[in-house]
Amino acid sequence: MRREGSPWQGLGVVLLKEFADHLTSARMRVLEWLVVLVALAAIYAAITQVRDVTAQDPFLFLRLFTTSREPLPSFVAFLSFLVPLMAIGLGFDAVNSEHNRRTLSRILSQPIYRDALLFGKFLAGLATLTVSLLVLWLLLIGLGLIMLGVPPGGEEMGRAFIFLLVTIAYAGVWLALAMLFSILFRSAATAALVTLGLWLFLTVIWPALAPAIAQALVPSDDEAALIIAGQMLARLSPSTLFGEIVLALLHPTTRTLGPVYLSQLQGAVMGAPLPLSQSVLVAWPQIVGLVAACILLFAVGYIAFQRQEVRA
Amino acid sequence: MGENVIEARGLTKRYGPATAVDHVSFNVAAGEIFGLLGPNGAGKTTTILMLLGLTECSEGTARVFGRDPMREPLAVKKLVGYMPELVGFYDHLTAADNLYYTARLIGIPAPERADRIAAALARVGLSGEADKRVGAFSRGMRQRLGLAEIVMKNARVAILDEPTNGLDPQAAVELLDLIRSLKATGVSILLSSHLLDRVQSVCDRVALFNKGRIALMGTVAELGRQVLGGGFAVEVEADGGIDVARRLASLPGVRNVEEPTAGRWRLTCDRDLRAEAAAEVVAAGGRLTQLALDEPSLETIYTRYFQSTQQEAAHAA
Ligand SMILES: Nc1ncnc2c1ncn2[C@@H]1O[C@H](COP(=O)(O)OP(=O)(O)O)[C@@H](O)[C@H]1O
Ligand SMILES: [Mg+2]
Repeated sequence: MRREGSPWQGLGVVLLKEFADHLTSARMRVLEWLVVLVALAAIYAAITQVRDVTAQDPFLFLRLFTTSREPLPSFVAFLSFLVPLMAIGLGFDAVNSEHNRRTLSRILSQPIYRDALLFGKFLAGLATLTVSLLVLWLLLIGLGLIMLGVPPGGEEMGRAFIFLLVTIAYAGVWLALAMLFSILFRSAATAALVTLGLWLFLTVIWPALAPAIAQALVPSDDEAALIIAGQMLARLSPSTLFGEIVLALLHPTTRTLGPVYLSQLQGAVMGAPLPLSQSVLVAWPQIVGLVAACILLFAVGYIAFQRQEVRA
Repeated sequence: MGENVIEARGLTKRYGPATAVDHVSFNVAAGEIFGLLGPNGAGKTTTILMLLGLTECSEGTARVFGRDPMREPLAVKKLVGYMPELVGFYDHLTAADNLYYTARLIGIPAPERADRIAAALARVGLSGEADKRVGAFSRGMRQRLGLAEIVMKNARVAILDEPTNGLDPQAAVELLDLIRSLKATGVSILLSSHLLDRVQSVCDRVALFNKGRIALMGTVAELGRQVLGGGFAVEVEADGGIDVARRLASLPGVRNVEEPTAGRWRLTCDRDLRAEAAAEVVAAGGRLTQLALDEPSLETIYTRYFQSTQQEAAHAA
């Protein structure tokens, strides 16, 4: 059955309203302060460490992302931890709060499709996350410029920028997941707990569990096959994908994300950095996987939302 | 009355094996207030959601201004104003901002928004509250804000689900007055309620729901005649007068006269005999102090109807 009119009618209106809600909400302000403070600490620690240790590094700026100084984690490690939290914080009550406030049927009785409401909410969350990440990113670059006194090279900026895009996609995955549970569970608290639980599982437990499962599933004594299987399983977790992409992008010497084969090493100068395009190619499957996971999770939520009863 | 604004033909909704709405047919004519009445769980809300295209029908057809809500939802939703049961708003936004959001969703041009919102809030008596957060609103104020949204939308038909639910009697009366004034501006209204007596005074016609079906449909007076068989009840109060009861009883069309207290008579008649009764009291030398046509109570009609159908079922068994 063909539908009349555009499914996107009202999309912009929903997006702007939700975006404004996010920016003014107390929840977002708390999250932002938390993030900015922790980020500042991480950046500062990294800068002092980088200044002390590495004087002659061609990728000095990239070190700011990945260097840690005890007891603080590196900027990247801290992002990979806080970005899912922020995304979940924005998404866990996206749809069920409309049910619980009894606004859903009133809004859906206006001349718009459900598509516009759901997609508008998703884009508003993503826009909020993008703004926050962009601020952090600029903060890091700015502080680096001031305190290191060396401008970053074009290649470094390229890597840093692609890293920003990937982080946004990573945030999108968790946002889509949180929104999916906000559709499936009427109680916002349940949705938040389930999403956080799944996040912990995928980030902490799954990477450790994957090799063991591989051992059970692959009836082979072939060491390489086992490792590959374990790695494939681990990549079901977006956190693993993100970690691998970071490795390829921010450590230019990374030549492969899988087990290293001799054929790949032939003619290669060990320890020589790859050009940016090659690094992106190395991580390309992971990048595609991250974006695909985001789209898939959103699509599942979309279907569930279309079939859902509107009444409270 | 003019053409129908809403037509339901054999509307049916099944949830798995359960049938929530079972072959329901009715029309709402232009300019009338039509009531879907019946106890909780009878299928009123489900029927309304099917009319709005917010839930799919399992069978049957719905037409709103001749359009199919499932095929042309946007066109239908442009013309219809809907107030769900216990309507909700965004608590952190002001009343006016809530309406601004809806106004943008509807596509009201920006230069018109402020005026239409102010006018709508004034119509429901919320002008002074326009810049207060809805979070601080009482249930009655929220319901009125729901009506303001419909006014702002310039909807040609308003669908109100349990509009007086959760209101104290005073607020309920005020809301019903607003609904009447909405009708006076030419809006057709479909409302649902489980409080039969509370809304019977505003409804031009009603459909009484029971277990997903329409048991009875018509004006309250028609239903009263059909179910109670008593026809019209006229109440007369008068001072003095000789032999009033006998004279009233002898009027053609009067079936029965009771005298619950001295100086007060209750006539059961075939038609509206107020004028004749008044003339008779005066002719008997009495001073007429009160004259009223007693509408039968919907609650009574409903209860009586189901008592009799149950008895029939018991006899048949
Ligand atoms: N999503 C649903 N799944 C199964 N049954 C439902 C659902 N929604 C409503 N019902 C049932 O449909 C019937 C009619 O409900 P409803 O239309 O809300 O009645 P009313 O508005 O008259 O109180 C009830 O028996 C209710 O339990
Ligand atoms: Mg209901």
